[in-house]
Amino acid sequence: MSQGEDFRARVLVVDDDAALSEMLSIVLRQEGFDSHVVERGDEALDAFHAYHPDVVLLDLMLPGKDGIDVCKEIRAESGVPIVMLTAKGDTVDVVVGLESGADDYVVKPFKPKELVARIRARVRRNDVPGSDTLSVGPLSIDVAGHAVTRDGQPVSLTPLEFDLLVCLARKPWQVFTREVLLEQVWGYRHAADTRLVNVHVQRLRSKIETDPENPEIVLTVRGVGYKAGSSSGQQ
Amino acid sequence: MAGRSRWDDLVGRRAPEALRRGLTFWRRSIQARVVVSTVLLSAVVIAAVGWFLLRQVEHGLVQRRVDAILAEVASENSQAESVLRGTPGTDTNATRQALNFVQGLSVSGQARGFRVVMVSPGRPGQRLQDRGPEATRRADLDSIPRSLIDHFDALGAEASTSHTAWTFTTLKGSGRPGHAAEVPGVVVGTVVSFNSSTTSRTLYYLFPLDDVQETLALVTRALLTAAVLLLLLIAALTYLLTRQIVTPIRMARRVAERLAAGQLQERLRVAGEDDLARLATSFNQMATNLQRQIRQLEELSRVQRRFVSDVSHELRTPLTTVRLAGSVLHEARTDFDPATRRAAELLQTELDRFENLLVDLLEISRFDAGAAVLDLDDVNLTDVIRRVVDGTRSLADQRLTRVVVRAPETPCIAEADVRRVERIVRNLVTNAIDHAESKEIVVMVAADEQAAAVAVRDHGVGLATGDSALVFNRFWRADPARARTSGGTGLGLAISLEDTHLHGGWLQAWGKPGEGAQFRLTLPRYAGHPLRHSPLPLVPDDAAEVVA
Repeated sequence: MSQGEDFRARVLVVDDDAALSEMLSIVLRQEGFDSHVVERGDEALDAFHAYHPDVVLLDLMLPGKDGIDVCKEIRAESGVPIVMLTAKGDTVDVVVGLESGADDYVVKPFKPKELVARIRARVRRNDVPGSDTLSVGPLSIDVAGHAVTRDGQPVSLTPLEFDLLVCLARKPWQVFTREVLLEQVWGYRHAADTRLVNVHVQRLRSKIETDPENPEIVLTVRGVGYKAGSSSGQQ
Repeated sequence: MAGRSRWDDLVGRRAPEALRRGLTFWRRSIQARVVVSTVLLSAVVIAAVGWFLLRQVEHGLVQRRVDAILAEVASENSQAESVLRGTPGTDTNATRQALNFVQGLSVSGQARGFRVVMVSPGRPGQRLQDRGPEATRRADLDSIPRSLIDHFDALGAEASTSHTAWTFTTLKGSGRPGHAAEVPGVVVGTVVSFNSSTTSRTLYYLFPLDDVQETLALVTRALLTAAVLLLLLIAALTYLLTRQIVTPIRMARRVAERLAAGQLQERLRVAGEDDLARLATSFNQMATNLQRQIRQLEELSRVQRRFVSDVSHELRTPLTTVRLAGSVLHEARTDFDPATRRAAELLQTELDRFENLLVDLLEISRFDAGAAVLDLDDVNLTDVIRRVVDGTRSLADQRLTRVVVRAPETPCIAEADVRRVERIVRNLVTNAIDHAESKEIVVMVAADEQAAAVAVRDHGVGLATGDSALVFNRFWRADPARARTSGGTGLGLAISLEDTHLHGGWLQAWGKPGEGAQFRLTLPRYAGHPLRHSPLPLVPDDAAEVVA
């Protein structure tokens, strides 16, 4: 809606429950989104190719193909934001989903406002204008071009991982708490699930660090949060 | 001084340390106790038997020696007397006769090892030295006991020739060269008379018993050696025997310990058919039964967990649809007539309640199934409290109360699952807001090296005596007539308690009617470490004197 009449964000809903899918479509339409429903996991990728969604809402338990596998397939070829719909609030399920490439998750039963807020946060990228180039350690970040290179080699990051890296890299050596990162990168207040941050930091590290076990770019500050540091800038 | 104090240290610390270890070993080892007590008892018996044997041998040896001595004295006497009688009676000098007599005896005495003393009869009590003694070399007059002298004095003139009497004594300075100065001996007294004189003389033979003493010493040494060897043998035997019993017992203990530690497949090795083997068989049977029971329980727990998970999924999806539909209706309620509008509103609020109840119930059943796991990290409790207080501000405003945070400057860190800790604190704060009756609520936080604590204090209705233990019960209400106003499910504190137990922490309540209540959460600094104290008091300072 804020994007104007000519732009309606497209949401691909992958859920096997027909009633819920229909209800989601109704709510999304009311909130100004276009939506397309797929009820089987094995049809999800084809629908993704055909529909070109801006956000994917993905249930984890699907007939045909597991939601986790669908998530991995989509993530393998695209950085489109994926929001998991899960019936299980258990740590393990959520972490497995996030590790397979989802950007965010909502636990059923959710309130429509909660879901819409999350979709909006994913669609409306919090782009900070600026054409500057940041560098952290061996990484060079082209903010405007959404490109990251490590020693000249391009590194492929999802938009969310990119935002996380840029947020940390803009103020190197400032420690960000998980809550601040949630607010600045995901755009939530009081959505206090810091596992989101933990998992995404792990995923970011696995892409940019030489040794993810001993990170040199995204450092953990025990009991506080994370900060960006470069070994070259260190005294 | 330094040396002295170091020595004191040694005595003061190491000696009791060694003693303590020794005592521990003594308490723990049946083997040591059996061996030591067997050896001690045997030593007592062996000592008694040995002592008895030694007495018998000594008695027999001395008796035989004395008999031999008396026989020898008799033969010497008769021999000497026959020599005397054989000599012509011209020599009337009694003293000279006596001298000859003694010299005659001295020759055979030298060969046989006895000494001779001859004295004239004297007044009772007169010393032998004053009676004109004739003695062979190295014959000590003091060795002749007074009692024997008195015996012959008492006989006086009536003493018949060849009357003998003997007694034991100690021979002083008369031992053989190179032997002890004092040796036990026998003194034999006899009366002799010479032809030339009517007066008889008393003759004392001094026989040393050192050969008997030497034999006895030899026997004693042999007995002692035998006793020591026997004791060693008994000790070794007992050690071996107890080892046969104790080794299987120790093995059983180790296996039992491993079973207790969760290695349920551990079994004892069964060898033979004796009592120990049967013990091992029974033990193994017990372990097998235990293992089966535990497997069954694990299976049940797995099924339960699976069921909870399935129910969760099956219930949540339709509830989400209803939830979304309710919201759509709620959004559109202004277009409805008043009755339908009210219905939409009720649908919305009751859906909230239903949802909260479902979430709490699923959480509780997850605890019951043992499926709850911790996601640990270092958590600053001050941050958690500020977030919770921010999040509950609207509820507090609505209830016309205020939540004040009292936190130290330094972070209060504990290793915990931030999601669960936040849920505990949120439950405590909303519970306090519920019961605060619009009076101020204080949230305190403190930490030290071992623990971190949060206390939530309200000044509302308080808790009746005994209720502080009941508040954590599921669906418990202080006053059944009181309505739930904040939409609490009645499971909040029960879940908080389970969450706290999962961390190995404490969640306690204090309260007095009319004075409010205080709930205190204490978490160990490192998960799994035992808690011994809390950095915050359970009974608030402002109420302490009332209690005291």
